[in-house]
Amino acid sequence: MHRKVAANGNEAMANAMRIANPDVCGAYPITPATEIMQRFTTFVSNGKVKTEMVLAESEHSAMSACIGAAAAGGRVATATSSQGMALMWEMLFIASGLRLPIVMGMANRALSAPINIHGDHSDGMGARDCGWIHLYCENAQEAFDNMLMAFKLAEHMDVRLPVMVGMDGFITSHAIQTMEWIDDETAANFIGEYKSTNPLLDIKNPVSYGPLILADLYMEYRKAQEHVMSGVPKVVLDIAKEFEQISGRKYGLFEEYRLDDAEVAIVVMSSAAGTTKEIIDQFREKGIKVGLLKPRLFRPFPYAEVGEALKHLKAVTVLDRADCFGGSHGPLYVDIASALYNYAQRPVLINKIFGLGGRDYMPDHAEYVINELLQIAKDGNVKSVKEYIGVRE
Amino acid sequence: MKTWKEVPPGAVITEPGSSRKFKTGSWRAFRPKWIPENCIQCLFCWIYCPDMSVKVKDGKRTEFDYDYCKGCGICALECPGKKGNKAIVMEEEGE
Amino acid sequence: MPTSLSLKELSKKEELFSPGHRLCSGCGAPIVVKMVMLAAQYPIIAANATGCLEVSSCISEYTAWKIPWMHSAFENAAATMSGIETMYRSLKKQGKISDEIKFIAFGGDGGTYDIGFQSLSGAMERGHDMTYICYDNGAYMNTGIQRSSATPFGADTTTCPAGSKCPGKLQQRKDLTKIIAAHGVPYVAQASPSHWPDLMKKVRKALEIKGPKFLNIIAPCNRGWRSQTNDAIRLSRLAVDTNYWPLFEIENGVTRITHTPKDKKELMRFLKPQGRFKHMFTSENEWMLTAAQEHVDAYWERLQREQECFAPQNGTRLPNPEHLNWQ
Repeated sequence: MHRKVAANGNEAMANAMRIANPDVCGAYPITPATEIMQRFTTFVSNGKVKTEMVLAESEHSAMSACIGAAAAGGRVATATSSQGMALMWEMLFIASGLRLPIVMGMANRALSAPINIHGDHSDGMGARDCGWIHLYCENAQEAFDNMLMAFKLAEHMDVRLPVMVGMDGFITSHAIQTMEWIDDETAANFIGEYKSTNPLLDIKNPVSYGPLILADLYMEYRKAQEHVMSGVPKVVLDIAKEFEQISGRKYGLFEEYRLDDAEVAIVVMSSAAGTTKEIIDQFREKGIKVGLLKPRLFRPFPYAEVGEALKHLKAVTVLDRADCFGGSHGPLYVDIASALYNYAQRPVLINKIFGLGGRDYMPDHAEYVINELLQIAKDGNVKSVKEYIGVRE
Repeated sequence: MKTWKEVPPGAVITEPGSSRKFKTGSWRAFRPKWIPENCIQCLFCWIYCPDMSVKVKDGKRTEFDYDYCKGCGICALECPGKKGNKAIVMEEEGE
Repeated sequence: MPTSLSLKELSKKEELFSPGHRLCSGCGAPIVVKMVMLAAQYPIIAANATGCLEVSSCISEYTAWKIPWMHSAFENAAATMSGIETMYRSLKKQGKISDEIKFIAFGGDGGTYDIGFQSLSGAMERGHDMTYICYDNGAYMNTGIQRSSATPFGADTTTCPAGSKCPGKLQQRKDLTKIIAAHGVPYVAQASPSHWPDLMKKVRKALEIKGPKFLNIIAPCNRGWRSQTNDAIRLSRLAVDTNYWPLFEIENGVTRITHTPKDKKELMRFLKPQGRFKHMFTSENEWMLTAAQEHVDAYWERLQREQECFAPQNGTRLPNPEHLNWQ
């Protein structure tokens, strides 16, 4: 049933897409996500999937084609990074506003300028308010698993929203890792058949998509969309439970690693969580109570659940692989701070910006962070709320 | 007006031609008057009307649809009429 | 069941574009859309770029469309339609759909010549089985008459107003019809609502052809053109009769003029009734009328030469390197 392989994140996502067997993919190449579609189009050219491709002339047109195809009434997927996602930015809002299930694999990459092709979260973070569901992956296994779940999630009748699944560009997308496939039939049955709502191709019931909505109704549409988003975490958990049945792997809204009895903790997403967990284990061996929270569902952000998970800690450092310009804190920090704000008793919360543009996150960075947390927990002195680590001073 | 619970998902409109519920006839400053005696039933008025406001039955034009006619006057201008007499003239609305 | 192009027969067809839309009184665009829908003899699914036609035909809970229709954004009617048409092909291949449906993307000159140019080019190049119809009113009318690359030479618009230092738009119009023809698509044509049998024949022809097609249809705007409310058909007829808007088609790379004005009129006859050209009728701007007339004449002359070029000589046809086989 499960085959253990050595694969990179791009292959993992491409394979998940193959299993989902979309009806249409609108795509455009961009490093480091290009390989996803390259592998996928090999499946297309060899008849392994029924997908018809639209090899668009830009990412904006790729997403526009995905939107047209999804409204026409079928399963749609694509993949991109960084500038590509930035170019399709207006269409992301349109996809979610029109309530179209589309799945997009993201090899998270830094935004220009300066142009950089390596991994950080500035692309996904730049689009965190676009109304898509955002899932983040630590490794190729999670990329495979989350892509499979993404189709089921996007197409769920209580959801009908587009989903983007992010993995670190190059670090996860290109590094070969051990992971397990799930056999095609089981995984395909898990995802299920696509069901359409208001398909354009149903010519007996003509529909109009995309009316002009003025000030008298726009806010009602936004509130309705907000309401749908608020129901997403429950569906994410239900789907994860089903997924556990076919894979043996448990997923939640976030991962809690040695957090229950921890006194200090790190909050970090994606591949850096892997490194951090290793160092946490080393500290734990010395009897130090440190833990980790790794967000998986980033949008909609599960504020209540995260607050409950972190409230007991003395000090928390949030590691952000993207920054918000303008003297603010990193985007993940802002969400964690919101999650903890209303607790009378809450941990000291500080922010590190790391790994931008593919700058390596090393074990000694994790050690530095944990040692600082322990110092804060002991004497309460915070030398700076926000610090860039791994940068040459 | 609809509450947020009542608006359709994604603002998709499922009733084709629902624009008919919006009567644009109130826009008129001038209204066309049909003079059947001068009408050669060429149907130019029907084909040129931007607002589908020339009613036709069994291939022959009948009355204007004053619910929607915006009084643009294209029909009157294009009407060939009979022997130099137009079958459509524009009059001030409210006369 | 093919309907003849007699108005009597066409008038019995089911209405597919309803009244109650919010387009201005006397607007050329709904006349164009109506004629296109009347000509079509297949079920149609349409995509529409943001613009006058889109916002006015589908607002709040009111839609004038009685066919499936989609608006997503301004610059991507062709890309959106690419997705719709591809989904159709995909589902048809899978045996999930058997209806024969044709696909039309509508865009104004703004959403077609300028911001929509890239996605139009991409769609035409990829060979989607769709027809793109541009309703050309010569400016970004919906946002208040700003210049586009389709705005005629000399026109006063709100972003190139005719002032003391600059007399309106100084560039000639972009020849989009020929640019799309150069993509090697099987069919492009120009049409006018004043010559509705020619327009409808072109729509029908396009819908019968497999592959990407492009129709450029003049759609007078009495607001932006500063003309009379009842002028739309008269002005589009003058546009044709002055050779400002020649009616021609390019089928598989071969140019054919479909209507030669019997009584060709001076360009001035088309320009004079429009307030956007009134500054050209002063003595210091006389050069503009001359330049405009020369350009129109040169274009018409060239068009005639192209037509001659492709006419068979001794039974042979001139080879067309741009023509691609759309299977």
